[in-house]
Amino acid sequence: MQILIDRYNPQSDSAPYTQTYHLNDAEVGEDTMLLELLQQLRIQDPTLGFRSSCQEGVCGSDGMNVNGNNCLSCITLVKPLGDKIHIRPLPSFPIIKDLIVDMQLFYDQYKNVEPFLKGDEHLSRDPEHEILQTPEEREKLDGSYECILCACCSSSCPSFWWNPDLFPGPAALLAANRFVIDSRDITTIDRLESLDKAEKAFRCRHIQNCTAACPKGLNPSRAIQGLKHAIVKNRS
Amino acid sequence: MTQEATLQEYEFDAVVIGAGGAGMRAALQLTEAGHKVAMISKVFPTRSHTVAAQGGINAALGNVTEDKWQWHMYDTIKGSDYLGDQDAIEFMCREANQIVRELEHFGVPFSRLENGKIYQRAFGGQSQNYGEKQAKRTCAAADRTGHAILHSLYQQNLRAGTEMFVEHFALDLIIDDDETVCGVLIQNLHDSALKAVWAKHVLLATGGAGQIFRTNSNASINTGDGLGMVQRAGIPLQDMEFWQFHPTGVAGKGMLISEATRGEGGILRNADGEAFMVRYAPKVKELASRDVVARAIAVEVEEGRGCGPQKDHVLLDLTHLPHDVIENRLPGIRDISRTFLGIDPIEAPIPIFPTCHYMMGGIPTNLNGQVVKPDIPYPENRSGQSVDTQIPVPGLYAIGECACVSVHGANRLGGNSLLDIIVFGRKAAQEIGKQLQNNPEIATRPFQHNLNALLQRYQRWLQTSPSESAHDSVFAIAADMQKIMESGCGVFRDHQHMQQTVEQLRQLEQRFAQVQIQDDSAVFNFERCSALELENLLAVAKATACSALAREESRGAHTRVDFSERDDENWLKHSLFYPQNESILFKPVNRQPTQHAPFEPQKRVY
Ligand SMILES: Cc1cc2nc3c(=O)[nH]c(=O)nc-3n(C[C@H](O)[C@H](O)[C@H](O)COP(=O)(O)OP(=O)(O)OC[C@H]3O[C@@H](n4cnc5c(N)ncnc54)[C@H](O)[C@@H]3O)c2cc1C
Ligand code: SF4
Ligand code: SF4
Ligand code: FES
Repeated sequence: MQILIDRYNPQSDSAPYTQTYHLNDAEVGEDTMLLELLQQLRIQDPTLGFRSSCQEGVCGSDGMNVNGNNCLSCITLVKPLGDKIHIRPLPSFPIIKDLIVDMQLFYDQYKNVEPFLKGDEHLSRDPEHEILQTPEEREKLDGSYECILCACCSSSCPSFWWNPDLFPGPAALLAANRFVIDSRDITTIDRLESLDKAEKAFRCRHIQNCTAACPKGLNPSRAIQGLKHAIVKNRS
Repeated sequence: MTQEATLQEYEFDAVVIGAGGAGMRAALQLTEAGHKVAMISKVFPTRSHTVAAQGGINAALGNVTEDKWQWHMYDTIKGSDYLGDQDAIEFMCREANQIVRELEHFGVPFSRLENGKIYQRAFGGQSQNYGEKQAKRTCAAADRTGHAILHSLYQQNLRAGTEMFVEHFALDLIIDDDETVCGVLIQNLHDSALKAVWAKHVLLATGGAGQIFRTNSNASINTGDGLGMVQRAGIPLQDMEFWQFHPTGVAGKGMLISEATRGEGGILRNADGEAFMVRYAPKVKELASRDVVARAIAVEVEEGRGCGPQKDHVLLDLTHLPHDVIENRLPGIRDISRTFLGIDPIEAPIPIFPTCHYMMGGIPTNLNGQVVKPDIPYPENRSGQSVDTQIPVPGLYAIGECACVSVHGANRLGGNSLLDIIVFGRKAAQEIGKQLQNNPEIATRPFQHNLNALLQRYQRWLQTSPSESAHDSVFAIAADMQKIMESGCGVFRDHQHMQQTVEQLRQLEQRFAQVQIQDDSAVFNFERCSALELENLLAVAKATACSALAREESRGAHTRVDFSERDDENWLKHSLFYPQNESILFKPVNRQPTQHAPFEPQKRVY
């Protein structure tokens, strides 16, 4: 089996290059995940750079592009990827080293949508009671709150590629929508108004790359569509 | 240029090392109070392992079954096998309701009941009225409670504007000649730049160290760095013999299948299809304490009733549960099972086996989160003695899984760790706030300190050896350590194996003293980072093995084949391990709660 990895060390390389590793097929089990394989390679070659932490698909550290698709290496089985696996860093982000990219713009966009609950002042200070929410209201948050900020979506979004500094991207918009639809948040109108701009919610063209890329099965594209409807409704 | 010339320096009122639930709750409190704080994390905050917590957080809200903090307190003390400090447990249980509501106000998307209140599920070891009936005390956001809490806390820190040093690795504590902790030496992983962060108060929130065992439910970053740092600063570690082996890890892999599965009605079966827990805990069966369930599974397998071709696991059966319970209450578990085993728990049972999960021991602290140590000068000469008086280490605090306050004693109840990290995260921050107000004049930067020695220590990792000449490696030593710990300090322990483990660990220490790294890169040098982590892991492993060898009784998660009974007369006490001469001191268990009458040790039956 051939593993091709795009590598780049800013201290010694002028540009990224592809390095090929060979692995004995027998070393790869039916249940071997790509992260385990990378860890094996790192034992052979300690200079290989990639991030990881939880190893079970919940921390969002190890987004990477494998045979053209963005994924989390820790929950991606090796066998179905075929005999030749090409691993690249997440597209569109500046490369720091090997598979490690600089996600600062992605984090900034997240922060810009003010992704925190702004509840009623009085209720939020009351230590004796929770802010009530019906199961139906709570259910609306399913599919948004589970985001792990892995950036697989934003890194596959053409609108984000062109304007990562202006367009929030699918992950940030998903987060924005998560607070718009949270029954406890009282700033819905402000939130909608701040996103009502050509380069914000409306820069999304619903190409749906984001939804296809999300390793957690979330649907940012649909959330953004909902967001746009809410914005338009809010105008009138 | 020498290292020192390039050293960047910063000054803060307080520095929080760690951005898990504990660190982020503390940082939020301090930032909101207007103090100058920095939060340091070796990974981006939401990648901390709190994110993986599944089942929930305990509080006697009484939303589903009638409940009282006093019952929660009783259950926790019983669960701890009476080793938990009763004043600390009382404090935690009394704070719980407010802590959970506060989390809700921070935005945590808890699951809800029809009346709009927070959903609560049953977890092991929970009872109403001091052991009578099963209680439902665990507040849950589906089975992603840790994720929900960690992300909400990160969001709140964004709102508050907490200053963060992300992807910065903390190496060692800076200490002045009065033994006051006055800062921390950190390294930016992006470019290897070293930074001295001076602070009046240093708070450790570095999480667990499950990576000392091969099969574990922990993130690869859970390497006990805070514990290594305090050991090097001459501070002992408490109760390190107590490690929780979670009953239901994915067989052969170790990732966690939450106790929530049993709380929602899951059943454990052996190769005969028998629901065997009734033989071990007739009353509450699957919902006995974790140590009890983990031992039961290990015994079933040992006695030949394991499942699969190797007869090396048992089955967790959820197939009888209504589909919507699995879909809505356990979606994350279903994901894990499908991803790692190719099994949909709606259709087939999940193969499971105990996995190393949680460190009950850690850095000794008092109720305010201040790190404490025995009030004696030369611990080496006192091995085996009990020391009553503990004194705070000036400037140093610890919270969360790295700390031992001790609310979990010899065995932690599910849902009590998330509670512990938030309760004491807030409490320690309040204490620091108070100190900052009372003594605003303390200087952050002393004249005499150990920074040069720390920099000297680090120098060895700047030399690399070419790969051809390397006989040994950091990765090889780590793998050996994990194997050694698993075979010598697992679920069942005895003198002979542990003695061997201690000796093997000493050999690993010698290998570690010689080992060199190959990677000389300054950008994300993962090998060097692993070396620094391995040093900490080895310290934790050694503390574990030595403390376990010393404790000649069975209590909670510490099961000795050669001393199978609990021995309150001789062992109802905490152990404190000093690496110098591998000496162990003891300190008494607190049995003076302030609101409730003390609980006397009883035989533990479930
Ligand atoms: C799979 C799993 C499921 C669990 N489920 C539950 C549950 O349902 N209920 C419950 O109560 N408990 C549960 N637990 C236990 C609980 O989640 C943990 O004990 C708790 O989250 C620990 O929180 P913490 O803040 O102490 O540490 P962590 O969340 O581990 O955070 C540690 C932080 O320290 C930082 N750090 C560490 N070393 C360094 C260093 N050298 N330099 C800089 N930064 C450093 C890390 O970057 C990280 O930010 C579970 C645990 C696991 C593993
Ligand atoms: S649907 Fe919108 S956000 Fe998603 S990839 Fe397309 S343009 Fe980007
Ligand atoms: S929406 Fe999905 S792909 Fe995008 S950051 Fe969140 S989890 Fe990752
Ligand atoms: S390592 Fe955490 S998501 Fe892959």
